[in-house]
Amino acid sequence: MSTHVEQGLSLHDITVRFGGLVALEDVSLRVSPGRVVGVIGPNGAGKTTLFNVVCGFAVPQSGSITLDGKAFSPKPHQLARHGIARTLQGVGQFNGMTVLENVLVGVRHRGAGTAAAYEALERCGVADVADAYPASLPNARRKRVELARALASRPRILMLDEPAGGLDGAEIDWLAELIKAVDTTVLLVEHHMDLVMSVCDEILVLDFGKPIALGSPAEIRADDKVTEAYLGTAA
Amino acid sequence: MDRFLYLTFDGLSRGAVYAAFALALVLIWRAARIVNFAQGAMAVATAYAGYSVANATGSYWLGFLTAVVAGLLLGAVVERVVMRFVDHSSPLNGVVVALGLVLIIQGVLGMIYGNEFRPVEAPFSRDAFLIGGVALLSRYDLFVFAAVGAVVVLLTLLFTRTPTGLRMRAAAFAPDVSRLLGVPVGGMLTLGWALAAAVGSLAGMLVLPTELGLHPNAMDLLFISAFTAAVLGGLDSPVGAVVGGLVVGLVLAYVSGYFGATVAPMAVLFLLVAVLLTRPAGLFAKAKARTA
Repeated sequence: MSTHVEQGLSLHDITVRFGGLVALEDVSLRVSPGRVVGVIGPNGAGKTTLFNVVCGFAVPQSGSITLDGKAFSPKPHQLARHGIARTLQGVGQFNGMTVLENVLVGVRHRGAGTAAAYEALERCGVADVADAYPASLPNARRKRVELARALASRPRILMLDEPAGGLDGAEIDWLAELIKAVDTTVLLVEHHMDLVMSVCDEILVLDFGKPIALGSPAEIRADDKVTEAYLGTAA
Repeated sequence: MDRFLYLTFDGLSRGAVYAAFALALVLIWRAARIVNFAQGAMAVATAYAGYSVANATGSYWLGFLTAVVAGLLLGAVVERVVMRFVDHSSPLNGVVVALGLVLIIQGVLGMIYGNEFRPVEAPFSRDAFLIGGVALLSRYDLFVFAAVGAVVVLLTLLFTRTPTGLRMRAAAFAPDVSRLLGVPVGGMLTLGWALAAAVGSLAGMLVLPTELGLHPNAMDLLFISAFTAAVLGGLDSPVGAVVGGLVVGLVLAYVSGYFGATVAPMAVLFLLVAVLLTRPAGLFAKAKARTA
Protein backbone atom coordinates (compact mmCIF):
# COMPACT_ATOMS: atom_id res chain seq x y z
CA MET A 1 0.00 0.00 0.00
CA SER A 2 2.79 2.43 0.85
CA THR A 3 4.23 2.06 -2.65
CA HIS A 4 1.08 3.59 -4.15
CA VAL A 5 0.51 7.30 -4.51
CA GLU A 6 -1.45 8.45 -1.50
CA GLN A 7 -5.06 8.78 -2.70
CA GLY A 8 -7.53 11.26 -1.29
CA LEU A 9 -7.13 14.51 0.56
CA SER A 10 -4.39 15.13 3.10
CA LEU A 11 -3.63 18.09 5.32
CA HIS A 12 -0.09 18.36 6.66
CA ASP A 13 0.74 20.53 9.69
CA ILE A 14 -1.73 23.27 8.81
CA THR A 15 -1.48 26.47 10.84
CA VAL A 16 -3.87 29.40 10.41
CA ARG A 17 -3.67 32.66 12.37
CA PHE A 18 -6.12 35.53 12.22
CA GLY A 19 -4.07 38.41 13.63
CA GLY A 20 -2.94 37.23 17.04
CA LEU A 21 -5.54 34.46 17.21
CA VAL A 22 -4.40 30.97 16.36
CA ALA A 23 -7.35 29.32 14.62
CA LEU A 24 -5.53 26.12 13.68
CA GLU A 25 -2.16 24.88 14.88
CA ASP A 26 -0.24 22.02 13.26
CA VAL A 27 -3.33 20.14 12.18
CA SER A 28 -2.79 17.05 10.04
CA LEU A 29 -5.55 14.89 8.68
CA ARG A 30 -5.80 12.22 6.04
CA VAL A 31 -9.11 11.65 4.28
CA SER A 32 -8.83 8.41 2.31
CA PRO A 33 -11.26 7.52 -0.48
CA GLY A 34 -14.54 6.09 0.68
CA ARG A 35 -14.04 7.00 4.33
CA VAL A 36 -16.28 9.16 6.47
CA VAL A 37 -14.09 11.47 8.52
CA GLY A 38 -15.55 13.68 11.23
CA VAL A 39 -14.11 16.83 12.76
CA ILE A 40 -15.46 17.73 16.20
CA GLY A 41 -14.63 20.10 19.00
CA PRO A 42 -16.18 22.77 21.20
CA ASN A 43 -17.29 26.09 19.68
CA GLY A 44 -14.35 28.07 18.33
CA ALA A 45 -12.18 24.96 18.07
CA GLY A 46 -11.37 25.71 14.43
CA LYS A 47 -13.64 23.21 12.69
CA THR A 48 -15.09 25.62 10.16
CA THR A 49 -11.66 27.20 9.63
CA LEU A 50 -10.41 23.74 8.68
CA PHE A 51 -13.18 23.52 6.08
CA ASN A 52 -12.37 27.00 4.85
CA VAL A 53 -8.74 25.98 4.36
CA VAL A 54 -9.78 23.05 2.18
CA CYS A 55 -12.10 25.38 0.20
CA GLY A 56 -9.54 28.12 -0.26
CA PHE A 57 -11.52 30.66 1.77
CA ALA A 58 -8.71 30.71 4.37
CA VAL A 59 -5.03 30.47 3.45
CA PRO A 60 -2.78 28.73 5.96
CA GLN A 61 0.40 30.48 7.15
CA SER A 62 2.20 27.16 7.12
CA GLY A 63 1.60 23.56 6.22
CA SER A 64 0.49 21.97 2.97
CA ILE A 65 -2.43 20.18 1.39
CA THR A 66 -2.23 17.32 -1.08
CA LEU A 67 -4.91 15.81 -3.28
CA ASP A 68 -4.09 12.34 -4.60
CA GLY A 69 -0.48 12.91 -3.58
CA LYS A 70 -0.12 16.17 -5.50
CA ALA A 71 0.30 19.59 -3.94
CA PHE A 72 -3.08 21.30 -3.80
CA SER A 73 -3.69 24.99 -3.23
CA PRO A 74 -7.47 25.26 -3.20
CA LYS A 75 -9.39 28.02 -4.96
CA PRO A 76 -13.15 28.17 -4.28
CA HIS A 77 -14.20 28.16 -7.94
CA GLN A 78 -11.95 25.18 -8.76
CA LEU A 79 -13.25 22.89 -6.02
CA ALA A 80 -16.09 21.55 -8.12
CA ARG A 81 -13.63 20.73 -10.91
CA HIS A 82 -11.62 18.68 -8.41
CA GLY A 83 -14.76 16.82 -7.39
CA ILE A 84 -15.16 18.49 -4.02
CA ALA A 85 -18.60 19.71 -2.94
CA ARG A 86 -19.39 21.60 0.25
CA THR A 87 -22.62 22.42 2.00
CA LEU A 88 -22.82 25.58 4.07
CA GLN A 89 -23.89 26.06 7.67
CA GLY A 90 -26.22 28.94 6.84
CA VAL A 91 -27.95 27.01 4.03
CA GLY A 92 -26.69 29.31 1.29
CA GLN A 93 -29.40 28.91 -1.30
CA PHE A 94 -30.35 31.21 -4.14
CA ASN A 95 -33.71 32.47 -2.92
CA GLY A 96 -34.83 33.94 -6.22
CA MET A 97 -34.43 30.57 -7.94
CA THR A 98 -36.54 27.44 -7.61
CA VAL A 99 -35.30 24.36 -5.80
CA LEU A 100 -34.70 22.64 -9.14
CA GLU A 101 -32.76 25.62 -10.49
CA ASN A 102 -30.69 25.72 -7.31
CA VAL A 103 -29.70 22.11 -7.80
CA LEU A 104 -29.08 22.59 -11.54
CA VAL A 105 -26.39 25.17 -10.77
CA GLY A 106 -24.47 22.38 -9.06
CA VAL A 107 -24.79 19.89 -11.91
CA ARG A 108 -21.51 19.73 -13.77
CA HIS A 109 -21.88 16.79 -16.12
CA ARG A 110 -22.71 18.00 -19.60
CA GLY A 111 -26.01 16.77 -20.89
CA ALA A 112 -26.97 15.30 -17.52
CA GLY A 113 -28.81 18.48 -16.51
CA THR A 114 -32.32 18.05 -15.27
CA ALA A 115 -32.11 14.27 -14.92
CA ALA A 116 -29.11 14.49 -12.61
CA ALA A 117 -30.80 17.24 -10.62
CA TYR A 118 -33.98 15.18 -10.16
CA GLU A 119 -31.95 12.13 -9.21
CA ALA A 120 -30.28 14.11 -6.42
CA LEU A 121 -33.60 15.65 -5.33
CA GLU A 122 -35.23 12.22 -5.19
CA ARG A 123 -32.35 10.77 -3.25
CA CYS A 124 -32.85 13.50 -0.68
CA GLY A 125 -36.64 13.13 -0.73
CA VAL A 126 -37.37 16.66 -1.93
CA ALA A 127 -38.28 16.08 -5.60
CA ASP A 128 -41.87 17.09 -4.76
CA VAL A 129 -40.80 20.67 -4.03
CA ALA A 130 -38.68 21.07 -7.19
CA ASP A 131 -40.69 24.07 -8.35
CA ALA A 132 -40.93 25.76 -4.95
CA TYR A 133 -38.67 28.57 -3.80
CA PRO A 134 -36.25 27.59 -1.00
CA ALA A 135 -37.35 30.51 1.22
CA SER A 136 -40.86 29.03 1.35
CA LEU A 137 -39.63 25.71 2.79
CA PRO A 138 -39.06 24.76 6.41
CA ASN A 139 -35.45 24.56 7.58
CA ALA A 140 -35.20 20.76 7.45
CA ARG A 141 -36.36 20.66 3.83
CA ARG A 142 -33.95 23.41 2.87
CA LYS A 143 -31.11 21.44 4.39
CA ARG A 144 -32.11 18.49 2.23
CA VAL A 145 -32.11 20.75 -0.83
CA GLU A 146 -28.63 21.90 0.15
CA LEU A 147 -27.53 18.26 0.31
CA ALA A 148 -29.16 17.51 -3.03
CA ARG A 149 -27.31 20.41 -4.63
CA ALA A 150 -23.99 19.09 -3.34
CA LEU A 151 -24.77 15.52 -4.44
CA ALA A 152 -25.89 16.64 -7.90
CA SER A 153 -22.29 17.44 -8.78
CA ARG A 154 -21.46 13.77 -8.05
CA PRO A 155 -18.53 14.73 -5.87
CA ARG A 156 -15.63 12.45 -4.88
CA ILE A 157 -15.38 14.33 -1.61
CA LEU A 158 -18.48 15.66 0.10
CA MET A 159 -17.87 18.25 2.80
CA LEU A 160 -20.77 18.66 5.19
CA ASP A 161 -20.70 21.69 7.50
CA GLU A 162 -22.99 21.00 10.47
CA PRO A 163 -25.67 19.24 8.42
CA ALA A 164 -27.62 18.26 11.55
CA GLY A 165 -27.93 21.81 12.90
CA GLY A 166 -31.55 22.54 13.79
CA LEU A 167 -32.82 19.09 12.77
CA ASP A 168 -35.02 16.82 14.88
CA GLY A 169 -34.31 13.18 15.71
CA ALA A 170 -36.06 11.66 12.73
CA GLU A 171 -34.30 13.99 10.32
CA ILE A 172 -30.93 13.21 11.89
CA ASP A 173 -31.61 9.47 11.52
CA TRP A 174 -32.40 10.04 7.85
CA LEU A 175 -29.20 12.06 7.47
CA ALA A 176 -27.14 9.31 9.10
CA GLU A 177 -28.56 6.75 6.67
CA LEU A 178 -27.76 9.00 3.72
CA ILE A 179 -24.16 9.55 4.84
CA LYS A 180 -23.66 5.83 5.35
CA ALA A 181 -25.15 5.00 1.97
CA VAL A 182 -23.47 7.72 -0.05
CA ASP A 183 -20.70 6.28 -2.20
CA THR A 184 -18.25 9.14 -1.81
CA THR A 185 -15.69 10.27 0.71
CA VAL A 186 -17.29 12.42 3.39
CA LEU A 187 -15.66 15.08 5.54
CA LEU A 188 -18.05 16.08 8.29
CA VAL A 189 -18.03 18.95 10.77
CA GLU A 190 -20.75 18.39 13.35
CA HIS A 191 -21.80 19.11 16.92
CA HIS A 192 -24.31 16.31 17.17
CA MET A 193 -22.30 13.56 18.87
CA ASP A 194 -24.66 10.66 18.17
CA LEU A 195 -24.55 11.40 14.45
CA VAL A 196 -20.76 11.71 14.39
CA MET A 197 -20.27 8.53 16.40
CA SER A 198 -22.67 6.52 14.27
CA VAL A 199 -21.46 7.49 10.78
CA CYS A 200 -17.74 8.25 11.05
CA ASP A 201 -14.89 5.84 10.39
CA GLU A 202 -12.44 8.26 11.90
CA ILE A 203 -12.73 11.39 14.04
CA LEU A 204 -10.40 14.34 14.57
CA VAL A 205 -10.96 16.32 17.77
CA LEU A 206 -9.88 19.95 17.85
CA ASP A 207 -9.64 22.19 20.89
CA PHE A 208 -8.63 25.84 20.54
CA GLY A 209 -7.24 25.03 17.11
CA LYS A 210 -5.04 22.18 18.32
CA PRO A 211 -5.59 18.54 17.45
CA ILE A 212 -6.07 16.64 20.67
CA ALA A 213 -7.19 13.25 19.40
CA LEU A 214 -7.55 11.27 16.19
CA GLY A 215 -9.06 7.81 15.99
CA SER A 216 -12.11 5.61 15.58
CA PRO A 217 -15.35 6.52 17.36
CA ALA A 218 -14.60 3.96 20.07
CA GLU A 219 -11.13 5.37 20.65
CA ILE A 220 -12.43 8.93 20.79
CA ARG A 221 -15.14 7.96 23.28
CA ALA A 222 -12.51 6.48 25.57
CA ASP A 223 -10.08 9.38 25.27
CA ASP A 224 -9.60 11.35 28.50
CA LYS A 225 -8.41 14.50 26.78
CA VAL A 226 -11.59 14.64 24.69
CA THR A 227 -13.80 14.30 27.75
CA GLU A 228 -11.80 17.03 29.45
CA ALA A 229 -12.10 19.37 26.48
CA TYR A 230 -15.85 18.89 26.33
CA LEU A 231 -16.67 18.83 30.01
CA GLY A 232 -13.90 21.09 31.26
CA THR A 233 -12.86 18.65 34.01
CA ALA A 234 -10.34 15.84 34.23
CA ALA A 235 -12.17 12.58 33.79
CA MET B 1 -59.85 59.92 -31.03
CA ASP B 2 -57.83 59.29 -34.20
CA ARG B 3 -55.08 61.43 -32.80
CA PHE B 4 -55.20 59.56 -29.52
CA LEU B 5 -54.89 56.21 -31.33
CA TYR B 6 -52.03 57.48 -33.45
CA LEU B 7 -50.20 58.78 -30.37
CA THR B 8 -50.81 55.50 -28.54
CA PHE B 9 -49.16 53.45 -31.25
CA ASP B 10 -46.36 55.98 -31.59
CA GLY B 11 -45.85 55.79 -27.83
CA LEU B 12 -45.75 52.00 -27.80
CA SER B 13 -43.16 52.02 -30.58
CA ARG B 14 -40.95 54.49 -28.68
CA GLY B 15 -41.70 52.61 -25.49
CA ALA B 16 -40.45 49.34 -26.96
CA VAL B 17 -37.04 50.94 -27.49
CA TYR B 18 -37.02 52.39 -23.97
CA ALA B 19 -38.00 48.95 -22.71
CA ALA B 20 -35.00 47.33 -24.40
CA PHE B 21 -32.65 50.00 -23.07
CA ALA B 22 -34.17 49.75 -19.59
CA LEU B 23 -33.74 45.97 -19.77
CA ALA B 24 -30.03 46.52 -20.34
CA LEU B 25 -29.88 48.73 -17.22
CA VAL B 26 -31.74 46.08 -15.21
CA LEU B 27 -29.39 43.32 -16.42
CA ILE B 28 -26.37 45.19 -15.07
CA TRP B 29 -28.14 46.24 -11.88
CA ARG B 30 -29.04 42.63 -11.14
CA ALA B 31 -25.58 41.34 -11.92
CA ALA B 32 -23.44 44.03 -10.35
CA ARG B 33 -25.68 46.37 -8.30
CA ILE B 34 -24.46 49.26 -10.44
CA VAL B 35 -26.70 51.66 -12.35
CA ASN B 36 -24.73 51.95 -15.56
CA PHE B 37 -24.92 55.68 -16.20
CA ALA B 38 -22.44 55.16 -19.05
CA GLN B 39 -24.86 53.02 -21.02
CA GLY B 40 -26.05 55.88 -23.23
CA ALA B 41 -22.50 56.90 -24.08
CA MET B 42 -21.52 53.26 -24.70
CA ALA B 43 -24.48 52.85 -27.06
CA VAL B 44 -23.44 56.03 -28.91
CA ALA B 45 -19.88 54.75 -29.31
CA THR B 46 -21.07 51.47 -30.81
CA ALA B 47 -23.57 53.32 -32.99
CA TYR B 48 -20.67 55.32 -34.46
CA ALA B 49 -18.89 52.04 -35.16
CA GLY B 50 -22.03 50.75 -36.90
CA TYR B 51 -22.43 54.07 -38.75
CA SER B 52 -18.85 53.88 -40.05
CA VAL B 53 -19.26 50.31 -41.24
CA ALA B 54 -22.64 51.05 -42.82
CA ASN B 55 -21.13 54.02 -44.68
CA ALA B 56 -18.09 52.05 -45.83
CA THR B 57 -20.05 49.03 -47.03
CA GLY B 58 -23.34 50.66 -47.99
CA SER B 59 -25.18 48.03 -45.93
CA TYR B 60 -27.44 49.17 -43.11
CA TRP B 61 -27.61 45.63 -41.75
CA LEU B 62 -23.85 45.19 -41.60
CA GLY B 63 -23.72 48.44 -39.66
CA PHE B 64 -26.50 47.25 -37.36
CA LEU B 65 -24.68 43.98 -36.71
CA THR B 66 -21.41 45.82 -36.13
CA ALA B 67 -23.03 48.04 -33.50
CA VAL B 68 -24.46 45.04 -31.61
CA VAL B 69 -21.19 43.09 -31.72
CA ALA B 70 -19.27 46.23 -30.73
CA GLY B 71 -21.70 46.48 -27.81
CA LEU B 72 -20.80 42.96 -26.68
CA LEU B 73 -17.10 43.78 -26.83
CA LEU B 74 -17.36 47.23 -25.24
CA GLY B 75 -19.50 45.85 -22.41
CA ALA B 76 -16.95 43.12 -21.69
CA VAL B 77 -14.05 45.59 -21.83
CA VAL B 78 -15.76 48.13 -19.56
CA GLU B 79 -16.43 45.40 -16.98
CA ARG B 80 -12.97 43.80 -17.15
CA VAL B 81 -10.91 46.97 -17.33
CA VAL B 82 -12.93 49.48 -15.31
CA MET B 83 -15.94 48.30 -13.34
CA ARG B 84 -14.30 45.21 -11.81
CA PHE B 85 -11.99 47.48 -9.86
CA VAL B 86 -14.67 49.76 -8.46
CA ASP B 87 -14.91 49.64 -4.68
CA HIS B 88 -18.45 48.48 -3.89
CA SER B 89 -18.53 49.75 -0.30
CA SER B 90 -20.54 52.76 -1.49
CA PRO B 91 -22.98 52.72 -4.43
CA LEU B 92 -21.77 56.21 -5.32
CA ASN B 93 -18.37 54.87 -6.47
CA GLY B 94 -19.86 53.00 -9.42
CA VAL B 95 -21.95 56.02 -10.37
CA VAL B 96 -18.96 58.37 -10.34
CA VAL B 97 -16.83 55.98 -12.39
CA ALA B 98 -19.66 55.51 -14.90
CA LEU B 99 -20.08 59.29 -15.24
CA GLY B 100 -16.33 59.56 -15.82
CA LEU B 101 -16.68 57.01 -18.61
CA VAL B 102 -19.43 59.12 -20.16
CA LEU B 103 -17.12 62.15 -20.29
CA ILE B 104 -14.27 60.12 -21.79
CA ILE B 105 -16.40 58.36 -24.41
CA GLN B 106 -18.26 61.51 -25.49
CA GLY B 107 -15.00 63.50 -25.57
CA VAL B 108 -13.21 60.92 -27.72
CA LEU B 109 -16.20 60.60 -30.08
CA GLY B 110 -16.33 64.39 -30.45
CA MET B 111 -12.63 64.41 -31.35
CA ILE B 112 -12.99 61.66 -33.95
CA TYR B 113 -16.36 62.43 -35.51
CA GLY B 114 -16.99 66.06 -34.61
CA ASN B 115 -20.11 67.38 -32.94
CA GLU B 116 -22.48 67.69 -35.89
CA PHE B 117 -25.61 65.58 -36.24
CA ARG B 118 -25.32 62.80 -38.80
CA PRO B 119 -28.77 61.69 -39.91
CA VAL B 120 -29.35 57.93 -39.95
CA GLU B 121 -31.78 56.46 -42.49
CA ALA B 122 -34.30 53.87 -41.35
CA PRO B 123 -34.01 50.47 -43.06
CA PHE B 124 -37.78 50.40 -43.59
CA SER B 125 -40.30 53.07 -44.44
CA ARG B 126 -41.39 55.22 -41.53
CA ASP B 127 -44.65 56.14 -43.29
CA ALA B 128 -47.53 54.74 -41.34
CA PHE B 129 -50.09 52.39 -42.91
CA LEU B 130 -53.61 53.67 -42.91
CA ILE B 131 -55.80 51.37 -40.86
CA GLY B 132 -59.47 52.38 -40.91
CA GLY B 133 -58.43 55.81 -42.14
CA VAL B 134 -56.02 56.36 -39.25
CA ALA B 135 -52.24 56.33 -39.67
CA LEU B 136 -51.14 53.90 -36.95
CA LEU B 137 -48.01 51.93 -37.63
CA SER B 138 -45.14 52.09 -40.08
CA ARG B 139 -43.03 49.23 -41.34
CA TYR B 140 -40.24 50.60 -39.19
CA ASP B 141 -42.48 50.45 -36.09
CA LEU B 142 -43.17 46.80 -36.84
CA PHE B 143 -39.43 46.19 -37.18
CA VAL B 144 -38.87 47.86 -33.78
CA PHE B 145 -41.54 45.68 -32.12
CA ALA B 146 -40.10 42.54 -33.71
CA ALA B 147 -36.52 43.37 -32.72
CA VAL B 148 -37.38 44.24 -29.12
CA GLY B 149 -39.72 41.24 -28.89
CA ALA B 150 -36.91 38.98 -30.08
CA VAL B 151 -34.55 40.44 -27.47
CA VAL B 152 -37.07 39.88 -24.68
CA VAL B 153 -37.76 36.29 -25.78
CA LEU B 154 -34.08 35.44 -26.20
CA LEU B 155 -33.14 36.90 -22.82
CA THR B 156 -36.02 35.06 -21.15
CA LEU B 157 -34.90 31.78 -22.72
CA LEU B 158 -31.29 32.43 -21.78
CA PHE B 159 -32.05 33.09 -18.12
CA THR B 160 -34.67 30.39 -17.60
CA ARG B 161 -33.71 27.58 -19.97
CA THR B 162 -29.94 27.47 -20.28
CA PRO B 163 -27.24 26.41 -17.80
CA THR B 164 -25.30 29.59 -18.59
CA GLY B 165 -28.27 31.79 -17.76
CA LEU B 166 -28.82 29.87 -14.55
CA ARG B 167 -25.19 30.36 -13.55
CA MET B 168 -25.42 34.07 -14.35
CA ARG B 169 -28.39 34.37 -12.01
CA ALA B 170 -26.68 32.27 -9.34
CA ALA B 171 -23.50 34.36 -9.55
CA ALA B 172 -25.56 37.52 -9.12
CA PHE B 173 -27.55 36.18 -6.15
CA ALA B 174 -24.68 34.74 -4.10
CA PRO B 175 -21.17 34.97 -5.55
CA ASP B 176 -19.44 32.97 -2.81
CA VAL B 177 -21.86 30.07 -2.87
CA SER B 178 -21.71 30.07 -6.67
CA ARG B 179 -17.93 29.84 -6.61
CA LEU B 180 -18.17 26.77 -4.37
CA LEU B 181 -20.45 25.21 -6.96
CA GLY B 182 -17.87 25.81 -9.66
CA VAL B 183 -19.49 28.85 -11.26
CA PRO B 184 -16.89 31.20 -12.79
CA VAL B 185 -18.39 34.28 -11.14
CA GLY B 186 -16.08 36.83 -12.79
CA GLY B 187 -16.77 35.40 -16.24
CA MET B 188 -20.52 35.51 -15.64
CA LEU B 189 -20.25 39.18 -14.65
CA THR B 190 -18.31 39.98 -17.83
CA LEU B 191 -20.90 38.12 -19.89
CA GLY B 192 -23.69 40.05 -18.16
CA TRP B 193 -22.10 43.39 -19.02
CA ALA B 194 -21.44 42.26 -22.59
CA LEU B 195 -25.05 41.18 -23.12
CA ALA B 196 -26.43 44.32 -21.50
CA ALA B 197 -24.25 46.59 -23.60
CA ALA B 198 -25.24 44.71 -26.76
CA VAL B 199 -28.93 45.15 -25.91
CA GLY B 200 -28.22 48.83 -25.22
CA SER B 201 -26.51 49.15 -28.61
CA LEU B 202 -29.45 47.51 -30.33
CA ALA B 203 -31.85 49.92 -28.66
CA GLY B 204 -29.58 52.78 -29.67
CA MET B 205 -29.61 51.70 -33.31
CA LEU B 206 -33.41 51.45 -33.17
CA VAL B 207 -33.86 54.95 -31.79
CA LEU B 208 -31.43 56.74 -34.15
CA PRO B 209 -33.63 56.93 -37.29
CA THR B 210 -36.36 58.55 -35.19
CA GLU B 211 -34.00 61.24 -33.86
CA LEU B 212 -32.14 64.15 -35.41
CA GLY B 213 -29.16 61.92 -36.06
CA LEU B 214 -26.00 60.52 -34.61
CA HIS B 215 -24.17 62.84 -32.22
CA PRO B 216 -21.98 62.23 -29.12
CA ASN B 217 -24.98 63.16 -26.95
CA ALA B 218 -27.56 61.39 -29.13
CA MET B 219 -28.57 58.88 -26.45
CA ASP B 220 -28.93 61.27 -23.52
CA LEU B 221 -32.71 61.46 -23.75
CA LEU B 222 -32.92 57.72 -24.44
CA PHE B 223 -30.89 57.07 -21.32
CA ILE B 224 -33.03 59.33 -19.13
CA SER B 225 -36.25 57.84 -20.50
CA ALA B 226 -34.99 54.27 -20.06
CA PHE B 227 -33.64 55.02 -16.61
CA THR B 228 -37.07 56.37 -15.66
CA ALA B 229 -38.60 53.19 -17.11
CA ALA B 230 -36.20 50.98 -15.13
CA VAL B 231 -36.86 52.88 -11.90
CA LEU B 232 -40.59 52.71 -12.57
CA GLY B 233 -40.22 48.95 -12.94
CA GLY B 234 -38.14 48.66 -9.79
CA LEU B 235 -34.61 48.24 -11.29
CA ASP B 236 -34.68 44.60 -10.20
CA SER B 237 -37.45 43.43 -12.46
CA PRO B 238 -37.06 42.65 -16.19
CA VAL B 239 -40.85 42.57 -16.57
CA GLY B 240 -40.99 45.90 -14.76
CA ALA B 241 -38.45 47.36 -17.19
CA VAL B 242 -40.53 46.35 -20.21
CA VAL B 243 -43.78 47.66 -18.72
CA GLY B 244 -41.98 50.78 -17.49
CA GLY B 245 -40.55 51.35 -20.96
CA LEU B 246 -43.98 51.18 -22.58
CA VAL B 247 -45.47 53.51 -19.95
CA VAL B 248 -42.72 56.09 -20.44
CA GLY B 249 -43.13 55.80 -24.23
CA LEU B 250 -46.85 56.46 -23.95
CA VAL B 251 -46.40 59.41 -21.57
CA LEU B 252 -43.82 60.95 -23.91
CA ALA B 253 -46.03 60.44 -26.96
CA TYR B 254 -49.10 61.98 -25.31
CA VAL B 255 -47.14 64.90 -23.87
CA SER B 256 -45.42 65.72 -27.17
CA GLY B 257 -48.66 65.15 -29.07
CA TYR B 258 -50.87 67.35 -26.92
CA PHE B 259 -48.40 69.84 -25.38
CA GLY B 260 -45.56 69.99 -27.89
CA ALA B 261 -42.31 68.08 -28.36
CA THR B 262 -40.26 70.61 -26.39
CA VAL B 263 -42.13 69.75 -23.19
CA ALA B 264 -41.44 66.00 -23.54
CA PRO B 265 -37.94 65.89 -21.94
CA MET B 266 -39.32 67.80 -18.95
CA ALA B 267 -42.20 65.36 -18.70
CA VAL B 268 -39.72 62.47 -18.41
CA LEU B 269 -37.83 64.21 -15.63
CA PHE B 270 -41.10 65.05 -13.90
CA LEU B 271 -42.15 61.38 -14.10
CA LEU B 272 -38.76 60.27 -12.76
CA VAL B 273 -38.99 62.63 -9.78
CA ALA B 274 -42.60 61.61 -9.15
CA VAL B 275 -41.70 57.91 -9.11
CA LEU B 276 -38.68 58.44 -6.88
CA LEU B 277 -40.78 60.45 -4.43
CA THR B 278 -43.81 58.17 -4.29
CA ARG B 279 -42.63 54.66 -5.16
CA PRO B 280 -38.84 54.60 -4.91
CA ALA B 281 -38.82 50.79 -5.02
CA GLY B 282 -40.77 50.83 -8.28
CA LEU B 283 -44.05 49.28 -9.21
CA PHE B 284 -42.67 45.75 -9.56
CA ALA B 285 -39.81 45.54 -7.04
CA LYS B 286 -39.72 42.45 -4.91
CA ALA B 287 -38.93 43.23 -1.31
CA LYS B 288 -37.34 39.78 -1.04
CA ALA B 289 -34.90 40.41 -3.85
CA ARG B 290 -33.72 43.55 -2.10
CA THR B 291 -32.81 41.86 1.13
CA ALA B 292 -31.24 38.79 -0.52
